[in-house]
Amino acid sequence: MPQKNIRDAINETLKLEMRRDPRVVVIGEDVVGGLGGSSGVEEAAGGTFGVTAGLAAEFGRRRVIDTPITESAIIGMAGGAALTGLRPVAELMFIDFIGVCFDQILNQIAKFRYMFGGKARVPVVIRTMTGAGLGTGPQHSQSLYNMLANVPGIKVVLPSNAYDAKGLLTTAIRDDDPVIFCENKAMYLDACEVPDESYTIPFGQAAITRPGSDVTVVALSRMVTLANQVADKLAGEGIRVEVVDPRTISPLDTATILGSVQKTGRLVAVDECNPVCSFASELVSLAACEAYDALQAAPVKVTAPHTPVPAAPDLEQYYVPSLARIEEAIRNTLGGSTASARKVV
Amino acid sequence: MSYDPIMLLDAYRRMRAIREFEERMRREVQAGTVPGFVHLYCGEEAIAVGACMHLQDTDYIGSTHRGHGHCIAKGCDIEGLLLEIYCKQGGLCNGKGGSMHMADLNKGMLGANAIVGGAPPIAIGAALTAQVLGNRGVALAFIGDGASNQGTVFESMHMATVHKLPMIFMYENNGYAEFSGASWHLGGGDITRRAGGFGMPAVKVDGTDFFAVYDAMAEAVRRARDGEGPSSIEAVAMRWYGHFEGDMQTYRKKGEVDELRKTSDPLPKFEERATREFGLGVEELREIDEELREIIDEAVDVAKAAPKPLAPELYTDVYGSY
Ligand SMILES: Cc1ncc(C[n+]2csc(CCOP(=O)(O)OP(=O)(O)O)c2C)c(N)n1
Ligand SMILES: [Mg+2]
Repeated sequence: MPQKNIRDAINETLKLEMRRDPRVVVIGEDVVGGLGGSSGVEEAAGGTFGVTAGLAAEFGRRRVIDTPITESAIIGMAGGAALTGLRPVAELMFIDFIGVCFDQILNQIAKFRYMFGGKARVPVVIRTMTGAGLGTGPQHSQSLYNMLANVPGIKVVLPSNAYDAKGLLTTAIRDDDPVIFCENKAMYLDACEVPDESYTIPFGQAAITRPGSDVTVVALSRMVTLANQVADKLAGEGIRVEVVDPRTISPLDTATILGSVQKTGRLVAVDECNPVCSFASELVSLAACEAYDALQAAPVKVTAPHTPVPAAPDLEQYYVPSLARIEEAIRNTLGGSTASARKVV
Repeated sequence: MSYDPIMLLDAYRRMRAIREFEERMRREVQAGTVPGFVHLYCGEEAIAVGACMHLQDTDYIGSTHRGHGHCIAKGCDIEGLLLEIYCKQGGLCNGKGGSMHMADLNKGMLGANAIVGGAPPIAIGAALTAQVLGNRGVALAFIGDGASNQGTVFESMHMATVHKLPMIFMYENNGYAEFSGASWHLGGGDITRRAGGFGMPAVKVDGTDFFAVYDAMAEAVRRARDGEGPSSIEAVAMRWYGHFEGDMQTYRKKGEVDELRKTSDPLPKFEERATREFGLGVEELREIDEELREIIDEAVDVAKAAPKPLAPELYTDVYGSY
């Protein structure tokens, strides 16, 4: 099977879905790029990170819709088009820019189906970049999908590898509900085996990326890669870590997570979002409410601290959960002590 | 209009400082010493300086992701800026902001801004403060051609007109928003006409000509200080380098900038007129060049050698009290 990185897997998925369904359109800033430029080069960008490269050449600018910088209108336009028959895949370049267009997501797109009495379909996908670690500072490094999972009416998807990215994006585009598809900006070049043909991965179905019986680690997006590494390391010591990647946090595969926690009796929730009212908190509440009798130690959260993302790389390295912090948390839950796992530095 | 030679020397010094600073940053980014995204201001120096020569520390500016030049023009400390760009202790924002978020409230510099269209609403807030306090202060927002398309910018222009805020909308039309040309991305094609539509005076000037920007600003600032309300100035000056350092610029005709650098470099343009008409001496300008080179060399050395922020600082400054 061919190796593909996440960027190429997403690009390929967009092409396959656009070939399959003429109502699929792509909308966003510089998704073509170079319009009005002096070189006359058509499609000078194909997205700021090249994710939409080649789309304009194949599908034309009627379906690959470059836009001015105007997120509120981009996302609102995608929502309105979805409501009226298109299947737009809109790009919100960085999830941080959600502030500019949040009304369209929160009060419009997320609510159409419900407040129109079930008569609306809103098949819109918002692709966006998340994640810290690249020194891009407080306004270009956030994760924020926590907030979106809190909003009824939106589905929230976080692929952790290229295979899942393709299958989940295919599902997202074919889904009749609004989907936020979060791409970690530090992972675009991460590669794995990805089939050439189309396939779907259902929402609300977690993947167990490392089977184990001593402790359950639930992680998302890039944190899955880190959790897997820690699991592999600890396997050498005979500690059997089970890593669960929910892949979608809304809907959430609570059955798989609870099944794992019931088996191991221990939960470490790893996430890059801020910790207050967070996905990590949701996991802990799930374990406390639904698997209380099985717990052998207090669940532990390994998250970003309750701070913005600092620009300084020397501070940012402590912001993002690290291999060391995940390992320490696992050891602490096994040893029964949780105090130091909460501390970041 | 007449120009005070001391003001002109100061203006030259600021423009040269920006140029020297940015060229040095370019080399440093290429050498891989600078963290994060860096957007350079070369070619646009006359806009920031032509505007800020009219402003005091008690006046305010809101800036953009391309903010180094605005900071220098507004009088921010060069070493403090470099320490911030290098994200070191003692940086203007203690390393928490970096190149795209530098601020110096003591200088009325309300922050570079990594959210396109983020600054104008903040700037009208500063204008409101000046209006309520009645201190004749003014506020100015630098706004890219790309940013001019954001709803936040329209809303700010409208609010400023409704409330006659002491506000200047300084559009920097540098031809591009990222990889998209202004001839395509600007619906209606004309920022100045749009601004005029809100009912404020709106002029378009050559942004490589310090004197043109300075003159337009003189009237806009007078209006603002006299309580007559907002104005818009669109200053046109191509950016010389990529959107960010590392941009391949395939959207751009090869040589587009070479030609511009020969024909409309704001510094020689300024020097030619200032020496011919207003008696500035070429030697004193060369002395300034030399002095600034040393200042910037030294400040870069200081910034590189400065200690990094310590881990516990991650947690500070989130709140005043909590
Ligand atoms: C809200 C928001 N949307 C998009 C971006 C990404 N982005 C950063 S700079 C830029 C182009 C800005 O163009 P312009 O306003 O003309 O400023 P210039 O870079 O030319 O100085 C874009 C699209 C952003 N930072 N913030
Ligand atoms: Mg521009």
